Amino acid sequence: MRELLMIAIGSAIVNNVVLSQFLGLCPFLGVSKKINTAAGMGGAVIFVLTISSLITSLIYKFVLVATGTEYLQTIVFILVIAALVQLVEMFMKKVLPPLYQALGVYLPLITTNCAVLGVAITNVQENYSILEGVVNGFATAVGFTIAIVLMAGLREKMEYNDVPKAFQGMPIVLLTAMLMSIAFTGFAGII
Amino acid sequence: MKTNSPVERLYNGIIKENPTFVMMIGMCPTLAVTTSATNGIGMGLTTLVILTLSNMMISLLRKMIPDGVRMPAYIGVVASFVTIVQLLLEGYIPELYDALGIYIPLIVVNCIILGRAEAFAGKNKVIPSIFDGLGMGIGFTIGLTSIGAVRELIGAGQLFGFQILPASYEPVTIFIMAPGAFLVLALLVAVQNYVKNKKAAKGQPVQQSSCGQGCGSCGNTVCGGKKL
Repeated sequence: MRELLMIAIGSAIVNNVVLSQFLGLCPFLGVSKKINTAAGMGGAVIFVLTISSLITSLIYKFVLVATGTEYLQTIVFILVIAALVQLVEMFMKKVLPPLYQALGVYLPLITTNCAVLGVAITNVQENYSILEGVVNGFATAVGFTIAIVLMAGLREKMEYNDVPKAFQGMPIVLLTAMLMSIAFTGFAGII
Repeated sequence: MKTNSPVERLYNGIIKENPTFVMMIGMCPTLAVTTSATNGIGMGLTTLVILTLSNMMISLLRKMIPDGVRMPAYIGVVASFVTIVQLLLEGYIPELYDALGIYIPLIVVNCIILGRAEAFAGKNKVIPSIFDGLGMGIGFTIGLTSIGAVRELIGAGQLFGFQILPASYEPVTIFIMAPGAFLVLALLVAVQNYVKNKKAAKGQPVQQSSCGQGCGSCGNTVCGGKKL
């Protein structure tokens, strides 16, 4: 239990996926204009990352290791993730229409989110068990959601600020990300 | 210059559509590995090799890949080359392999590679595609190396691991930590915006950056339209 908690806090806050590992920067910069959409994206990432960590861990343990083909992990993982996102989308559309209404538009964007592949590979590199892998995936996604929702809140406020012309748009967002990143390095002592 | 001639493709990749400074794509590795000039050049060259090989292969296969499944097919090709290069690096340059770590397998989802496959190699002949990959790869290497050099110089007083600034210089360590990456990129984009605004004020045509929203728009154009 203690181990799991350490993994969870470590991936959600201390080694935040966006602010210290630079994974999933694209949606972090692209879909963080409004809190609502940011939260929707976060929800979709939590959903997909948790499932994909489970599936990729299972495939790694029971297919790749069993057949001695660990070196194929990159190819297998990326194709599994791409197929999984499509399946989740179709499944949601049929079975959970309200959830699909809320998260559907973000799902196709998630395949390009390098955090998904990143977590699958980290789980292998760190030798996590299946449960640890799922916890790591879930916590990483929670960390992503925290970062993107905080950023969206700041950006909604920044709409009213007088930003120098050259810094409007992306630069001021990146500067904000820098300050958030500095704040998050303060968590480094926790574990 | 003749369209699609080798020289034109190289010029296009290095100057006109430089992936780092003009198009602003492939930002995840750009920020993550540029803690030193050496890492920047290593990542740049790794991407260069994979990009050139995948462009060549995709161009060779372009008439065989059905349009509906082209994205998964491209991903398969790119992932295979990434695996090959990853194993070679692990075997022959273990220092670089350790330094780049998880960002080597993540080259698969680098927008530049799938973007070039979709925008160029899938529609053009083999020779121009190879030079397109080379040009883009060299442009990316130059971008990463220069960002890495700036961060290493300010953050550690070194360049390629050699002490450049006098020992009395107090390194601004934050530049080689995560926040420094955001800072350097923010200033880079601000300079780019400034130049664009100047040009626009003079009434000159401004080349629209394809990725004004970071790589957010890349998700829409390249990979979001994935058909499986």
